[in-house]
Amino acid sequence: MLEIRNLKASVEGKEILKGINLKVNAGEIHAIMGPNGSGKSTLASVLAGKQDYTVTDGEILFEGKNLLDMKIEERAHEGIFLAFQYPVEIPGVSTVNFLKTAVNETRKAKGLAPIEAKDFLATMREKMKLVEMDSKLTSRALNEGFSGGEKKRNEVFQMAMLEPKLAILDETDSGLDIDALRIVAHGVNTLRNKNNAFIVITHYQRLLDYIVPDFVHVLSDGKIVKSGTKDLAFELEEKGYDWVKEETINS
Amino acid sequence: MEDSDKILDELTTTEYKYGFVSDIEQDILAKGLNEDVVRFISAKKNEPEWLLEWRLKAYRHWLTMVEPTWENVHYPKIDYQSYHYYASPKVKPQLASMDEVDPEIRKTFDKLGISLVEQMRLAGVAVDAVLDSVSVVTTFKDKLRELGIIFCSMSEAVKEHPELVKKYMGSVVPSTDNYFAALNTAVFSDGSFVYVPKGVRCPMELSTYFRINAANTGQFERTLIVADEGSYVSYLEGCTAPMRDENQLHAAVVELVAHDNSEIKYSTVQNWYPGDKDGKGGIFNFVTKRGICSGVNSKISWTQVETGSAITWKYPSVILKGDNSIGEFYSVAVTNNMQQADTGTKMIHIGKNTKSRIVSKGISAGSSQNSYRGLVRINKKATNAQNFSQCDSLLMTDHCGAHTFPYIEVNNTSAKVEHEATTSKIGEDILFYCNQRGIGNEEAVNLIVNGYCKEVFNQLPMEFAVEAQKLLAISLEGSVG
Ligand SMILES: Nc1ncnc2c1ncn2[C@@H]1O[C@H](COP(=O)(O)OP(=O)(O)OP(=O)(O)O)[C@@H](O)[C@H]1O
Ligand SMILES: [Mg+2]
Repeated sequence: MLEIRNLKASVEGKEILKGINLKVNAGEIHAIMGPNGSGKSTLASVLAGKQDYTVTDGEILFEGKNLLDMKIEERAHEGIFLAFQYPVEIPGVSTVNFLKTAVNETRKAKGLAPIEAKDFLATMREKMKLVEMDSKLTSRALNEGFSGGEKKRNEVFQMAMLEPKLAILDETDSGLDIDALRIVAHGVNTLRNKNNAFIVITHYQRLLDYIVPDFVHVLSDGKIVKSGTKDLAFELEEKGYDWVKEETINS
Repeated sequence: MEDSDKILDELTTTEYKYGFVSDIEQDILAKGLNEDVVRFISAKKNEPEWLLEWRLKAYRHWLTMVEPTWENVHYPKIDYQSYHYYASPKVKPQLASMDEVDPEIRKTFDKLGISLVEQMRLAGVAVDAVLDSVSVVTTFKDKLRELGIIFCSMSEAVKEHPELVKKYMGSVVPSTDNYFAALNTAVFSDGSFVYVPKGVRCPMELSTYFRINAANTGQFERTLIVADEGSYVSYLEGCTAPMRDENQLHAAVVELVAHDNSEIKYSTVQNWYPGDKDGKGGIFNFVTKRGICSGVNSKISWTQVETGSAITWKYPSVILKGDNSIGEFYSVAVTNNMQQADTGTKMIHIGKNTKSRIVSKGISAGSSQNSYRGLVRINKKATNAQNFSQCDSLLMTDHCGAHTFPYIEVNNTSAKVEHEATTSKIGEDILFYCNQRGIGNEEAVNLIVNGYCKEVFNQLPMEFAVEAQKLLAISLEGSVG
């Protein structure tokens, strides 16, 4: 589904991603861990198409198509979704209205007519239940005055509504209480099927108890320095990142 | 559907938007302004002596006044001698079919979803053949007449209802009120007159669309609306279609009078030519709009959507004289490219328990400048007066400007005055977020702007609100990304 080859990206002349290689197949869940500032969010942003970052080398293929040629919204229409580490607030636009526009713009890109109001509402209701989202929140302006945890939950709710092929969750677990974490994980696990894939960025092994990854990668200083299975996360939790760093230097 | 079928279909299913007018005489007076010009205009309209005297008094006073400079707009000095003061109504070239209309204009019409009939009227295509507009207008007028509502041009009102005109015209905006109002008084061309008798609720939105010869009332329009005791009227001014006019200078006056227990709702969509991207051309729009809640429990509500004009200078105001009266001002002002707007309101609380509400939404794009200027004055005797003001600015670029000048004068300690203001920017991060959800820049801007303006749009009659939304989208097209 996704293939990243030797991806290098920089911002304001400073190289952040220094040659990333990653292959994600449909049906898989990949976890990316790594120290602060190692480039995890940058990788997510480059996948989504944020303009601040200049791709200096490498390529990204998504279902065989060159992702780097596509505009941000085109990538979204292709089925890429990013749950933001820091979701923005949009004053005056309710989550409902926002999502309806998002759904309809994607449908438009596929040559489909706008969704029927009653179908949309039915889907809304179903997905709100899935992530136990309060209807008071969805009728309020998007993320405006939401608590940190509510914002994160709203990201997962949007993901559920848009049913992406590839969802990238950037530290969606941070700021969530234990119950919310379970709910979010339940959402992801319910949405998971053999045709979609997830990249889960996290600092905590805890999340991976709920969302069990097929692979765990460690990103350090702009490179994937180690890949493994779920056990790698345990090892990291125990030994810290220095352990991987040392290992890379020694190898 | 065939075009002709479509027209018939629209005719039978939509309530208004008719009224094609072709009866136009052609008079153009040489450039310049002096007493003779004022006399000429008055004579042309067969006006009574008192009206001529009133015009002359205004003109003489105007000569002693200086153009205001306090507003936050900049434009080259206006040479008042370089205009024609009697050049209307103008004949637009009659086109044989829509095919002859400028494709750019057609595109805008289509985007606005303006009906074909209306497109023809606006573009100056002869529609008499397919459209018996007269009968539609007549039906409409009959209905109003039955209720005793007067809705006609100002010139007609001067002839048919001189006592009403004499009583009310200038009673809210005196001839000497300000520079542009004085100029308007001296040379006003025409406008609308509305009188709603006691206890009558006007059953339909009164729109200039209905009024014969409304399209070209010219640059010095004068409107007067009087709601007698216990009556209600909603009036729509303007239209969302792009209005091009060779007259650069516009100075209109609108007066509203609300008697006991009456209500006037006045809605405007202003879309005069804003000039090109570099600020060349465009209308200078200097408007004086004021209403008086003269009676108890009366209410005046101004709603405006301002997207056009190179320069806008406009402060629809309410004098809250009657006890328990209510004044409202809802405004969306959009400036793009090189446009400049200085707009807002004045709420003058005189009566007891008077309430006012101000909701102003400024949107600046391009290199434009957008200022809100508002005055809330609570007079000494206005016990328990209340005002709430919300003034928001939305910026689309880094090089546009948004300014707020709220003036608050409170002379009674029982008053409750609240003022809230916000400034936000449609930043890169918000656009990135929208894009990531599959919403492109144009659509994202629409979504945000419509959300931002919702409170004002909610005040507009349904059909107008939909058009206003589209109009905003067009005005802001290409303003980000
Ligand atoms: N727009 C930018 N301008 C300048 N530097 C940037 C920008 N974006 C990212 N960086 C820098 O790139 C590096 C990687 O940042 P990134 O946000 O990708 O880290 P991260 O791995 O997600 O960290 P965290 O775990 O703290 O979220 C950091 O040093 C950061 O300061
Ligand atoms: Mg990060």
